[in-house]
Amino acid sequence: MSRKIKVGLAGLGKMGLSHFALVNAHPDTETVACDATGMLVDMLSRNISNRLYRDYDRMLAKEQLDAVVISTPSRLHGGMVRAALDRGIHVFCEKPFCLDWRESEALADLAEARGLVGQVGYHYRHVGAMREMKRVVEAGALGRITHVLAEAYGPVVLRPKKQTWRSRKSEGGGCLYDYAAHPLNLLNWLFGAPERVSGSVLGSVFSDEIDDEVFATLSFPGGTTAQLSVNWSDESHRKMSTKLSLIGTNGRINVDRQECQVYLRAPVAGLPGYGKGWTVRYTTELTEDPWFYLRGEEYSHQIDDFVRAVRDGAGRAGENDFRSAALTDRTIAMILADAAGETAAAPAALPQPPAARRGLGWFMRGREG
Amino acid sequence: MDRLLFGDNQFFGINHMSEEKARAQAMRFQDTDAIMAVLDAAYDAGIRTFMCTTHDRIAEVCDRVRANPARYADFQFYPCMPYAHKYANAVTEHGMFGALSQFMPEEGLFRTALRGGAALAAKDVEGIAKLLIDVEMKMFAGLKTPVVLIQNVFTDLLLGMGYTRAFRVFHDHVRDRYGAEAGFITMNLPMLHRALEAEGIENPIICSNINKIGFRMCGGPELYAEVLRSGRVRAIAMSVLASGAIPAEEAIEWVANLPGVQSIVFGASGRGNILNTRDLVARHFPAAPEPAEA
Repeated sequence: MSRKIKVGLAGLGKMGLSHFALVNAHPDTETVACDATGMLVDMLSRNISNRLYRDYDRMLAKEQLDAVVISTPSRLHGGMVRAALDRGIHVFCEKPFCLDWRESEALADLAEARGLVGQVGYHYRHVGAMREMKRVVEAGALGRITHVLAEAYGPVVLRPKKQTWRSRKSEGGGCLYDYAAHPLNLLNWLFGAPERVSGSVLGSVFSDEIDDEVFATLSFPGGTTAQLSVNWSDESHRKMSTKLSLIGTNGRINVDRQECQVYLRAPVAGLPGYGKGWTVRYTTELTEDPWFYLRGEEYSHQIDDFVRAVRDGAGRAGENDFRSAALTDRTIAMILADAAGETAAAPAALPQPPAARRGLGWFMRGREG
Repeated sequence: MDRLLFGDNQFFGINHMSEEKARAQAMRFQDTDAIMAVLDAAYDAGIRTFMCTTHDRIAEVCDRVRANPARYADFQFYPCMPYAHKYANAVTEHGMFGALSQFMPEEGLFRTALRGGAALAAKDVEGIAKLLIDVEMKMFAGLKTPVVLIQNVFTDLLLGMGYTRAFRVFHDHVRDRYGAEAGFITMNLPMLHRALEAEGIENPIICSNINKIGFRMCGGPELYAEVLRSGRVRAIAMSVLASGAIPAEEAIEWVANLPGVQSIVFGASGRGNILNTRDLVARHFPAAPEPAEA
């Protein structure tokens, strides 16, 4: 029996509570947590047995932590991740990683240099159907992939609304960071970094400060283009729904959280079970039961991967390491820059990426007036 | 509990296999008449229990049933609360405590306290929980609700966090206020059963996936079998067909032979499927319900 690792959860909001439950139920962990909301900490500390803190630094100082799970507003990620890495603590951080991709890269450097596990919560890469899509693409089954439609829709902002951190761009709010980050991360997974982003639109539907819909065209090496279409003001979806449709010279894939539909014009070697025509495989048949199920196997599996990597001294994350998340942050920045270039009506000079540590403030100040 | 309970996933665009099918179902059932037609077919086939989420649309079903007590004399609801997406979306929009205050009655100390961020005493937290249960139960006023269940996302969130005291609060409140038995939906039956026993909740009603291929039976089929054999649980089996991965007869026969399983909950959109399931259950699961007097 291997030893238990001690994990500190930082932030007990919607994602934080979910991660807390998963980590706490994991057989290989001992769990403590912190949240800045005194009312919540008070309430929980009277009802659960874990030690709870109101202050992150205090938790780091008092507990001999092996790992932290950070689920705070995105603007706070960078500093909190660095504080943990500096102490030699492994980190799981919610997405998006950092609002400034240079900070993301610097943290990836730091984690790699120190041999620490750094993982980011892009849970779609743990969805059975998405993994199957990746496998089919890597087998070359689609031939040359010419185009991808990457979509995400859901009912988050359905009316002009009250302010929370998610409604403030400066804190990492908005549909681009919150929703579009997911399909972008899947595009990065399949195709790496885009060479160019064009036609970006960040539109407000109901919000004052932030984008509720995002559209962009991304060009990847090898000639693949991707159309991003994301809207979180869409009530016709019960919850967030992410879908990729890939078209190549030998077929097509339609994939979402539930199923992976593959059409092949001709079968390919190395992909048994996929004949000519349609083959449909379901997440339910592609996924193993986790030790504990809360809201989808993918959430359990990503935490399990992290806990195992820490426990076994892997020294690096299996999927969704900091470097890969930094690439998504950089892709987000390209969309922001492209959209800003358009609205500034100065197409001759694309804005340069922001200076390190200044975040995207240069752009936000403009938008926030 | 009856042998066969009728579920509601099919009415609300919930399908674990396909978003396309889910959408087609959501379109078909956006008219409450369409839902009632299926419920009538089930009721006329002798299936008297409707196990349903506290979705806004269910309030319309409740109105129909209330309006025709002669037609629905034996109709009973097993409410499953809360409808989680309502809360999840509200938390994204209003923050944790802001969302809670949204669901509190307009006038009241708790709403004021939550808005003001005041410290809450333990009894206040219990009071808020009870109020939330009452808000969810409102739509069932005057109807039979002999069992009231917590949805799996909430059960399993509380279970994972170790906030198992909440199960006791729920259990006692639905008993005291509604004369109902508490039920718990979970994807983690063995762990939940341990937690409920530790809270002194004996022989609990637990609804979880129970199927021949072990689909979404976290903790593993062996531990499930152990709990079921213990004689200290009343299990409602859901996902018996594992989203269609197991042929119906084979699936039902297998579950019917397990000790501890008292009921099967299933969803169907058409009369043919309803009758077929009813007959399979009658054949393999003794004490199946008699057809109701129409």
